[in-house]
Amino acid sequence: MKTVVIGIGNALRGDDAAGVAVAERLQGVACEEEPSRLIEAWEGADAAVLIDTVVSGAPAGTLHRFDASEEPIHARALRSSTHAIGLAETIELARALGKLPPRVVVYGIEGESFDAGAPLSPDVEAAVIRLVATIEEELCTSAP
Amino acid sequence: MARRRTIVTDYLARVEGEGAMTVKLDGDTVEHVELRIFEPPRFFEAFLRGRQFTEAPDITARICGICPVAYQTSAINALESLCGVEVAEPIRMLRRLLYFGEWIESHALHVYMLHAPDFLGYESAIELAKIAPEAVERGLKLKRIGNDVMTLVGGREIHPINVRVGGFYRVPTKRELRTLVEPLERAREAALETVRWTAGFDFPEREVECDLVALQWPGEYAIERGRVVSSAGLDLDPAEYEEHFEELHVERSNALQSQLKGGGTYLTGPLARYTLGHDRLSAGAREAAAEAGLGSECRDPFRSIVVRSVELVHACEESLRIIEEYEEPDAPAVEVAPVAGTGYGVSEAPRGLLYHRYRLDADGTILDAKIVPPTSQNQLAIEDDLRDVVARNTKLDDDALRRLCEQTIRNYDPCISCATHFLDLQVERT
Repeated sequence: MKTVVIGIGNALRGDDAAGVAVAERLQGVACEEEPSRLIEAWEGADAAVLIDTVVSGAPAGTLHRFDASEEPIHARALRSSTHAIGLAETIELARALGKLPPRVVVYGIEGESFDAGAPLSPDVEAAVIRLVATIEEELCTSAP
Repeated sequence: MARRRTIVTDYLARVEGEGAMTVKLDGDTVEHVELRIFEPPRFFEAFLRGRQFTEAPDITARICGICPVAYQTSAINALESLCGVEVAEPIRMLRRLLYFGEWIESHALHVYMLHAPDFLGYESAIELAKIAPEAVERGLKLKRIGNDVMTLVGGREIHPINVRVGGFYRVPTKRELRTLVEPLERAREAALETVRWTAGFDFPEREVECDLVALQWPGEYAIERGRVVSSAGLDLDPAEYEEHFEELHVERSNALQSQLKGGGTYLTGPLARYTLGHDRLSAGAREAAAEAGLGSECRDPFRSIVVRSVELVHACEESLRIIEEYEEPDAPAVEVAPVAGTGYGVSEAPRGLLYHRYRLDADGTILDAKIVPPTSQNQLAIEDDLRDVVARNTKLDDDALRRLCEQTIRNYDPCISCATHFLDLQVERT
């Protein structure tokens, strides 16, 4: 089973870099802008694990998990996206075109600071480490 | 007594990045129109201070994920002109090719994913994909080929890392470039199809009357170099830009808005480029423009989608010509010794003119930098157009008016992420 891990975010905008940080630790793909290129990144994969920063009002570092394999993600959950076409929209675009992997899991890391040039905030940094372990475990248990 | 209404939308979809717009109406009278841009106060200009001049292309490329090559090119133009460097023709051609990759990617994204749904009555590209998947797939393929050009020449598809002051770190071989011929030929066909597709949309009759400003260079549809010319007759070296254009700080926004010195709105981008330079488009692009019914000028913001499509044809044809004529240069770059002083650089980002200015000391440290992105330059023109569109359509109900306002903004393909960050839309009728 082929699984791709893709982190979405802008590495120069504080906590927006969280998804990219997770993907880098898992030797995944970093998508720093414009998610429509995700459709190419997951082409031919059986499963995609996507990580993005979210703002929902929860405490910083809170992890959210959405299974988008069958149903759309409630787009508002990811509306903090500053990308031209958001992550949730890209997933639906791929679904409409029959280009979505059979299994799609989205992890959201709650961010709090998006200042240009800032590092990850401590709670988000800790969440990145937790999420890397979670995804590693998920990848192991789902391996054939 | 006039009817007072308030319409509020907090998120304006399908623009690059996020921003805010407010329209206030009292009955049929438009009281106030503003496009708010919340800019992280010129972070990059501050970030550049104290850095080595050789770092400017990599740093400024990070300003925008959609048009990094534009930032690199304007930066390099400013620094090389200050340091008295002329690069070899093959290097310039590679820069042009890299820039066309960015145009193809950016225009394909805007035309298909962001703009076309407005004309076809869909809320998003997702709905469009359900009804006309072949169109959306054509857009994605075009965009992919633009990415491939950027990856091969730039070393990476976004934030290219192969670009430096004086040239490139590594140049492609002829053989490597030839791998792009077949994809670009397919892209040209897709671009021609795009022109036919968009030319068939319904367009309300609109014209903007402000000055149009674009780069111009003899024999070229200027993109990576040129003089700054206007429909009113300006013809400037980039170093003279700030003598004629100024930025105003606007209370409601962290961003700066540009205007002609002493007052006056102007517009940069596809309409300006086409109107001031259509006779320098590639043969196939000129033919496609004629078939699409574009004349010797286009001042209709709605038809900017057709002009972008024509520019897609041009970008593909010119890329093919560059690859055909390419000879590997003797060296990937020339060494550049810093010179104390001020350098000025411009180029045509997909959405309009991008101006950079750098002041260096003798050891190449950047003392200060100024960056004027296209969306700041176009902001007043967008507001003027919006005011007029609203004034002519006050009879529309709130939803229809909101949609028309959003489309009016999207006509300009504003890259609010390079000028700013967060956007929400409010239409108020008071």
